[in-house]
Amino acid sequence: MIEAIRKLVDEHGRMPVPAASLKPDQDLYAAGLTSFATVQLMLAIEEHFDIEFPERMLNRRSFASLSAIAACFNEIEPARLAS
Amino acid sequence: MIAFANRAAEVAAVAAQHADALDREARFPHETLRALKDARLLSILIPEEFGGESASLADVAEICSLIGQNCASSAMMYAMHNIKVSSLVSHGRDSNWHCDFMQRICEEQLLLASATTEGGIGGDLRNSICAVEIDGDNFKLGKDATVISYGAHADAILVTARRAPDAPSSDQVMAVVLKDQCKLNRTTGWDTLGMRGTCSEGFRLDAEAPAAQILPKPFAEIAAQSMLATSHLLWSAVWFGVANNALARAQNFVRAQAKGRPNVTPPGALRVAEAASMLQLMRANTLDGLRRFARAQADSDELTSVGFAVAMNNIKVGASRLAGEIINHAMLVCGILGYKNDTPFSIGRHMRDVLSAPIMISNDRIFGNMSNLLLIHRLDPHLAS
Ligand SMILES: Cc1cc2nc3c(=O)[nH]c(=O)nc-3n(C[C@H](O)[C@H](O)[C@H](O)COP(=O)(O)OP(=O)(O)OC[C@H]3O[C@@H](n4cnc5c(N)ncnc54)[C@H](O)[C@@H]3O)c2cc1C
Repeated sequence: MIEAIRKLVDEHGRMPVPAASLKPDQDLYAAGLTSFATVQLMLAIEEHFDIEFPERMLNRRSFASLSAIAACFNEIEPARLAS
Repeated sequence: MIAFANRAAEVAAVAAQHADALDREARFPHETLRALKDARLLSILIPEEFGGESASLADVAEICSLIGQNCASSAMMYAMHNIKVSSLVSHGRDSNWHCDFMQRICEEQLLLASATTEGGIGGDLRNSICAVEIDGDNFKLGKDATVISYGAHADAILVTARRAPDAPSSDQVMAVVLKDQCKLNRTTGWDTLGMRGTCSEGFRLDAEAPAAQILPKPFAEIAAQSMLATSHLLWSAVWFGVANNALARAQNFVRAQAKGRPNVTPPGALRVAEAASMLQLMRANTLDGLRRFARAQADSDELTSVGFAVAMNNIKVGASRLAGEIINHAMLVCGILGYKNDTPFSIGRHMRDVLSAPIMISNDRIFGNMSNLLLIHRLDPHLAS
């Protein structure tokens, strides 16, 4: 999961550093993720995993690190499969 | 303790006396600043524990609007000072230096200015070219600050810059620089259409100060969690005051006509009615934003949410557009007496002042940011959100 997100971060996150160098809990904003790129990354994740981020997840905390993004996914995915 | 509004009424009266002179001479509102200090209004936003009065942003907005009725430049000075104070209050509590500085602001009624705009960057707040250079316990910083309102008159300037010479342009910090810690060389003047009393000249700013004066939080957080919202809310409060006063003048004009010709509704009355409806939108827009801001203070997910950012941006673009339209209406109502600069119905200064609203952080730039956010943010279907 984290690896798949890493790949999307590389493609859409416009980060000054390669995603491979990011630890799962490292602060993405401090590492250079901008709010513009957050939106692009979010759209890419929605498209790739065929999910939709609910409004309540559209905040800084949800995208603060690779593992935070994975946690959002893990919360959305079971709900999606159940519906 | 006398209520804020009463203390502000005295300041507003002083501002009214000098508004035309400031505008004509493009000079700094010394008298308003003196009155603000005498009323101890420069520190109300600071928590009581540091010697302030723990006022809410809504209290400050009310004062901005009151002063704005009489002098937009004075009101904008008060707004910008408080925007800087709000950054200290929200993001400086973990730092001894900034806590002490808040105490000093209260004791000495210090005036704060802002240097975010930079040559080569313009109004793109979230990028800097200049960088902080740490050298031992101190830092050095040189900035081509193309617009610093009342920069020559402030006791301290809050400056944005990259964290380090090798940091990316968006990895910024904000530092407090005291008057005696920086050299300001004036690079551009401020002979403008309006907001002439803000004396927003350009400067080459060179500073050297203890590194402890750099706010501990990244500027990205300061911008998102306090500065963007407080700027847009307090600016809107100022513009509300300006628009309100222009419309009040138009209303007086129509009322005088109605008294002169009983039983005939003056033609301008219709435009006054139309503008009054826009003024109500402006008030509702700003008040709703202030309420939402107050709620978000206790909820960090809300404060950092996309929905909150969209709402705060909408307040600025909405208020700046409406203010312009209302003042246009007022001018049409008052006709030649509005166009002249020396009548009780003069609207010229209001109009010139408010033309700054859409360009003070360009509305198009803001719409550009929002168009990106709206790719993911879903519109709230509830009337009461
Ligand atoms: C009264 C007043 C007081 C001020 N006081 C201060 C102060 O104390 N401190 C301070 O730092 N700054 C201050 N400013 C500056 C202000 O904050 C903005 O930075 C400034 O107004 C923007 O200047 P600009 O139009 O040159 O820049 P830009 O933002 O570069 O805009 C230039 C033009 O390009 C267009 N444009 C640029 N980028 C985009 C984009 N991404 N999308 C769409 N359109 C775009 C805009 O439409 C605009 O017309 C003040 C401004 C005013 C009017």
